[in-house]
Order: sequence, then C-alpha cells, then structure tokens
Amino acid sequence: MNFPILSSLILLPTIGALFLFFTKNKDGNNLTVKYVALFTSVVNFLISIYLWISFDQSISSFQFIEDKKWIEGFINYKVGVDGISILFIILTTFITPLCIISVNNSIKNRLRDFLIAILIMESFMIGVFCALDLVVFYLFFEAGLIPMFLIIGIWGGARRVYSAFKFFLYTLLGSVLMLVAIISIYWITGTTDVVQLYEIGIDVKYQNLLWLAFFSSFAVKTPMWPVHTWLPDAHVEAPTAGSVLLAAILLKMAGYGFIRFSLGLFPVASEIFTPLIYALSVIAIIFTSLIALMQEDMKKLIAYSSVAHMGFVTLGIFTLQQQGIEGSIIQMISHGLVSAALFLTVGVIYDRMHSRLISTYGGLVSIIPKYSILFMLFALASLGLPGTSGFIGEFLILMGAFKDNFLVAVLASLGVILGAAYMLWLYKRVVFGKLINEDLKKILDLNRSEYFILSCLAAPILFFGFYPDPLINTIEVSVKDLINMYSINLASK
Amino acid sequence: MENLNLILPEIFISLSIMFLLVLGVFKKDSSKLVFNLSLFVILITTIITINETFSVNRITLFNQSVVIDHLSSFMKIITLICGFLVLIISSSYLKTFKLFNIEYPILILSSILGMMVMISSNDLIVFYMGLELQSLALYVLATYNRDQLKSSEAGLKYFVLSALSSGLLLYGCSLVYGFSGSTNFDLISNQLNSNEYVLTFGIVFILVGLAFKISAVPFHMWAPDVYEGSPTTVTLFFTMVPKIAALTVFIRFLYVPFSNLLDQWQMIVVFLSIASMLFGAIAAIGQTNIKRLIAYSSIGHIGYTLAGLATASNEGIQSSITYISIYVVMNLALFSCLLMLKRNNQYYEDIDDLSGLSKNHPLLSLCLLAILFSLAGIPPLAGFFAKFYIFTAVLEQSMYFLAIVGLLSTVVAAFYYLRIIKIIYFDKEKEKYDDDHSLWLKFSLTLSTILILLYFAFPSQLIEVVSRINII
Repeated sequence: MNFPILSSLILLPTIGALFLFFTKNKDGNNLTVKYVALFTSVVNFLISIYLWISFDQSISSFQFIEDKKWIEGFINYKVGVDGISILFIILTTFITPLCIISVNNSIKNRLRDFLIAILIMESFMIGVFCALDLVVFYLFFEAGLIPMFLIIGIWGGARRVYSAFKFFLYTLLGSVLMLVAIISIYWITGTTDVVQLYEIGIDVKYQNLLWLAFFSSFAVKTPMWPVHTWLPDAHVEAPTAGSVLLAAILLKMAGYGFIRFSLGLFPVASEIFTPLIYALSVIAIIFTSLIALMQEDMKKLIAYSSVAHMGFVTLGIFTLQQQGIEGSIIQMISHGLVSAALFLTVGVIYDRMHSRLISTYGGLVSIIPKYSILFMLFALASLGLPGTSGFIGEFLILMGAFKDNFLVAVLASLGVILGAAYMLWLYKRVVFGKLINEDLKKILDLNRSEYFILSCLAAPILFFGFYPDPLINTIEVSVKDLINMYSINLASK
Repeated sequence: MENLNLILPEIFISLSIMFLLVLGVFKKDSSKLVFNLSLFVILITTIITINETFSVNRITLFNQSVVIDHLSSFMKIITLICGFLVLIISSSYLKTFKLFNIEYPILILSSILGMMVMISSNDLIVFYMGLELQSLALYVLATYNRDQLKSSEAGLKYFVLSALSSGLLLYGCSLVYGFSGSTNFDLISNQLNSNEYVLTFGIVFILVGLAFKISAVPFHMWAPDVYEGSPTTVTLFFTMVPKIAALTVFIRFLYVPFSNLLDQWQMIVVFLSIASMLFGAIAAIGQTNIKRLIAYSSIGHIGYTLAGLATASNEGIQSSITYISIYVVMNLALFSCLLMLKRNNQYYEDIDDLSGLSKNHPLLSLCLLAILFSLAGIPPLAGFFAKFYIFTAVLEQSMYFLAIVGLLSTVVAAFYYLRIIKIIYFDKEKEKYDDDHSLWLKFSLTLSTILILLYFAFPSQLIEVVSRINII
C-alpha cells in the first residue's frame, strides 16, 4: 500500500475542522457548518470501511504500516493496524457522524466550535488506535484531553467546571507516569517502536514497575475502581454528544492499551498482577452495579453501568484465554454502541424535559411508543440479553474466566444479574408505571434524525448479536498471535 | 589580533550604542529614529553573529578570556532575536504611557551587549563585567515607568536583591580564585579537585548568585514583585533575555570550571530544580495578577530547565537549551496576548479581566488556549516536546525521583493554566477590548502561535542545531 490511508484517516477530520474554522461563525451558518462536519466524518467512515474490506484477516502482523522519520534518530512516526485496532477505528468513525447528527437539539450556542472540537477529537482517537510507536500513542492519548475538556467545560451542565477539571487532572495524573515508563523503555531497549519491542521483549527486572506505570494511566482511563469517580461527573455534566464520545470511544482507549501494551510488552508482569486486575474488576462489577441501582439520575446510572461493563472488559483481557480477550474486544465494541445509544436515548428526553432525574418520568410508553421500543432494545442489550451484541461479549468473557479462575467467574456472573436488575428497574421507572407528571403529556416522539441515529445504532447491536462472525473473524488471528507471543515470552523468561 | 572578526558583533553593537546615544542627545525629537535604528542595529548584529560565529567550533580569544563556540553563538542569536521582538512589540505600549524615549532602546541594547559578553565569557572577570553591564541596564529598565509607584518599587527591589546576589557571586569567585590561582575557566577546571573542603563554599556562593539571576527557588523572592511592577514590555524582556544569558553562564560554570566537582554541585542543582518546579506550580495557583502568575510559572519553567542541567550529560544540556528556546516562544506569545488587553488606553493585567474573552475575541482566545496548554505541557503542542526532551535526558541518567517529581508538578501546574482557560472560555463575558493593535504585535502573536501549534510537524530542525552544542 503506497497510499497513506491511515494518515489520511487521522488527518481528514482535522482538515474538516480547519475548513470549519475559516467559515464565519454566525447562527445562519449553522446548517452549512453541520453539513461540512457531517460530510467529513461520513467520508472518514467510508474510508475506514474500505480499510476493513481491504484488510487481510488471515495475517496476524500489522498492515497498512507507515513509517516515517519524525524526531531525527529518536522517534519514528509509525502507524498500522491489526485485527484488534481496526474494529476500534471503525467504531470511532461510526460513532462520530452520529454524534454530529445528534447535536441538533442539544447544542444551542457556538455550534461551529463544538463541531471543530468533535472532529479534532476524532483525529486524536483514530490516532490512538493506529499508533505503533509508544510516543506517538502517548501524544494522541493525551492530546484528546484538550477537546474533551472544552466539550465538557463549555457546553456542559451546571457543574461543568468541576467535572471538566476533575476529568482533566485525573487523567493527566495517571498519564504522566506512563510517560516516565515510555521514556524508560526507550533507554532500556533503545526503541519505542511497538513492533520491534514485541520482538526484543523487555527485561524481566523492569517489567513490574513499567507495568504499574502503564496501569496507572489505563486504570484511570478505563476507569477501574477506585479511580472511577471522575467518570460519573464527566458523563453527567457533558453534553449528550460528549457523553457519547466519552463512553463509546475514550474509555476503549484504555482497554485497547491493556491489550496492546500491558499484555504485549510486559507478559511476566501481567501474569504477576493478574490477581490485582481480577480483584479490581470484580469489585468494579459488583460494587458499581450496586451503586448504579441507587442512582436517581439516569446519566449517572448509565455512567456507573459503564464502569461495571468495563470491569468485565478488564477481567476478560487478563484471563489470557482466546475467548476472554475476544470477548473483551467484542464487549468493548458492543458497549461502545450500547452506551452511546443509551446516552442518546437519555439525551432525547432530556432535550424535551430538561431533567435527567428518573422521578420526573414514568409512563412514557403510552405517549412515545417508538422511543420506548428502542429504549427497551438498548436496555436489554446493556444487560446482555441473547440476540444482542452485549450477550456475545459477556458470554465469551465469562467462558474465558471460568477456564482461568472459577471463583472470579462466579462473582462476575453476579454482576450480570445486578446489571439486569438496575437496567430493568430503570426502564420500568421511566417507561412503565403511571403517568403522574402532567408535563410529560406534551412531549413528542422521536423526530426523524433521532429515529435515524438510534436505528443506526440498533442495527449493528442486533446484527452482531445474531451473527458475530465478522467481528470474531477480524480479531481471531491477531488475538491468537498475541496469546502465542505472550506464552512464548512467558516461557522464555 | 587575528580573530577579531569573531567579536565583531560585540564591537558593532557597542559602537552603535555610543552613536545612538550621541544622536539621541543632539538631535531633537529623535526617539522614533533611535528606535528604528536600534532595531536595525540588532538585525545587523544578528546577521554578523550568524555569519561570523555560527560555524565556529571552539575558539578562545584575548588570552583565553573569551570563548566562541556553538553554545555561545546559539545563545547570542536567541538573545538578539528576543531583544528584537521585544523592541518591536514595545512601541505601542510605550506610546500609551508616554515613555517612548530614546533611553529605552539604548538601555535594551546595552543590556544585550552585557549579556553577549556574559555568554561568551571564559573568565571570572569578563563574566562579572558582562553581568554588571546587563544588570545596571535592567535596574533602570525596571523603573522605567518612574511616575508609577510600583515601577519604582520594582526597580529598587531588583537593585537591592540583585546587588546582594552579585556580592555573593563575587565572594564565590574570590574563593574559587583563591583555591585555583586563576580566573580563567579552563585553568580553574584543571586546578580544582573535590578534596578542598572550603571550595564547596565558593561553589555554593556562585550557584546561589546565579540562582538569583535566573530566579530559581529559594532565591526567587524578587521575581513576582519585579515582574508585576515593571512596565509589561520590560517584564517580557525580564522573563526571556536575561534568563537565556544567565542560563548560559550557569551551564558554563557547571561544565567548565566545576566539571570535576560534579558530586558537589549536582545535589544543589537537583534541589534547585525540584524546589522551583514544585514551588512555581503551587504558588501560582493563588495568583490574581497575570504578571505575577507568569513570574511563578517562569520559576517553574526554570526548574525544568535546571533538571536538564542536573543530568551532567550533553543530552541534558541540549534539552535545557531546547526547553528555554521553546519557552521563550511561548512566553513571547503569552505577552503578546497580554499586550492586547487594552481598552481606552488602559492595559488590563488581572486574570479576571480575561473573563469570557472567547465570546468577544475568539481568535485571541484560541491563541491563548494553545499557548496555555502548551505551557502546561499537553501534547501535541510545543511545550510538551520541551518537557519530553528534558525528561528523556533526566531518565537517561536514571534520575527517576527528579523525573517523577517534575511530571507530578506539571499536573499541579496544569491546574492553574486550566483555571485561566476556564476563565476565558467558561465564564461570563466582559466589555470588549480594543481591536486596533499594531501590526507587529499581531505578527509576533501569529508567528509564535503557529510555531507552538506546528512544532510537532517539524521537531528535528531545532534539535539538529542544538545537538551541535557539546560542552562536555
């Protein structure tokens, strides 16, 4: 491949953002601005689909590699994809246009700036999943903080400043230790190129500390218990599109990082720290599910459910079983779709009623039936009903976990029950029951764009629920290779 | 004298100063002429410096008391460029305060001359001479707005504390001279070894004196007051140019005369670095005046620069020089923004005056956004790379403690930068500021912001130039 397809994927949204930057910032321009942003992101989505089609699923090594000198004799700009990262890229390019369509009702002021922030965010997120050099990865990983900080801070709710600061400082604090680790890796091995590092391996005596440094960053971003507290705040205060990006893609960066870097670079340390991850994951699953049960705020409830779901993901990754890791990746993709959909469904009624409290609602089913059906689908997908993509992920993860550690798997299965409990209870309180609030009688059902967005999300959730083969085929070889490499490295040390 | 052309820049600039002084005194209303001519002088000096010394590897002159090498030529060029930029963006500010006199450009030129002598010095006496020349010019510059109480106070404070630090420096120099029997850096380096107990005092005195000049903690107390009180353009000059010169001297002292005494000074420099990074970050949080905040932030940034110096490696020195070069650009951009906060001939300096700036001045706020995130060291902006090089060098020497403290203090520092961004972007807007800024101000802001934004695309160029500097 001579055409730098990955770089164009990364750059295209930024170019679109630049284009927007030079349009006049007037209210009359809003439609044009939106179409430009939408056009850019849709083109990017099509490119990524082309990437998926031309991607060779039978090869485990990285494809579409671009390798250019960047900082002379020190760091190369290296990007490439394998079966694992390509799915996240497609998730990113798929979610972004939906976010852009969804801004219709929620963003009133400075629409242009908002879309610029979203597009730049997209560039950085794609960059994270493509990067094959630790420094390039760090660069994209951290750079994403800037647009997200602004999205929460400028367009967020009442406590937006607090949430934006908390989000930024928590993540930054986690990440700086990773930077120390990355530079140390450079001095230990002489390179930050991931592919080369896979071959060379890192000396066992350094692995534990380096693993912990990477862990500190990924744990905050995942977020794992007990450093998850920034997430509910950020989610609640962010505008709908921001919450969607945060839940659907930003959280996945950490899961991806665990697979790509923690397992790939530090197999010995990963083996040592697996109990820690198990413990934290199980706590996250059970504890945050219980917290989710008690929430009065819908967005907060979904935020806590995200923490619980990400607990499943980290659990699956560190089972080091084929099923476990595949399950985690599918769970991440599925959670990306489902949580995005749930935030959007909450956004729909929030735009109409300006309240996120569960107690405001009740009896929606008789007024807005279309909405209620879609909401039910997403709620069921979130709790992992067979036939939705959520089921495949959770099932594979638990299968992997049972192979590795019976107790952990049993405890994690409890989380599935709790997940069903809080999701169904939420649904019951919002959609069923008596219609008490008089104001609710006036609200309208889904308009055309909302209907379109939610069906776009519902389609893959159902499709992959019944037929997950396209996903599994894409990741299978890469995951197998990862596990092979892991066990070889482990055996040789 | 066969190599006189190597100090042609210094000769040219000193002759020009005298000429401009005479011209200014004898010709009436010549402030504009003198101002433009000084710009021209700096430009020519820069060209001569690049022409004559840029490719010189290392030559000493005048009985080895002056040295021309890659370090000195690079630092001189940065000093001159900064001086030039400070001058061109000063004019409208000075006119507002009716300070547009002939003395201003001439004082700037003399301090630049002093710094160039400092940068090139390879001898205690030559060094001290340059230091005093630049300091005397700076004392006057600090009080330049003499009708204002704060400006006079700043000048007096600066004078007293700077004189104290010069005294300490001299005392240290005399101790070092006593032990080595020479004032020449190269000879001192051969004579000194770490066995001399009292010699440590000499090193400490010299380092303390230099730490005063670069305002490293715990010798920073003068900086916030002086920065706040001086006219803004002079503050800009203070935060950039003297630091470059003092840093060069710092490098030279550590790695030429004291090169054998690494054990003695390394701990001191590490301490200065950690203290500056942490204190700069923490003390800046409570500030309400932008200039004071910049003072504390510059203390923090000096801490990072010192972290590079503490490594005792060529990479460390190079990373410090890269850091200060990038820092200078960010600083210039920040001050250009500050100089744009003008309404009805009055400049605004409080952080609250920035409130809601993004509504009325979207472009200016966007520049500030980039600058502040860059100062906080968030990728992909230039400030991140500056820190990245420093920590790469620090970790090469396995100084993990220094690296981790440094990076943690960037998180603390990020808080106060975020606070300004919050005020600009999230808060309620105030009255509009004037839009009729001078072309030069706009030019320097645009140029520096573009450099900050696009540095990530061309990181190798600066590294290439800096990597020629090999002191050890």
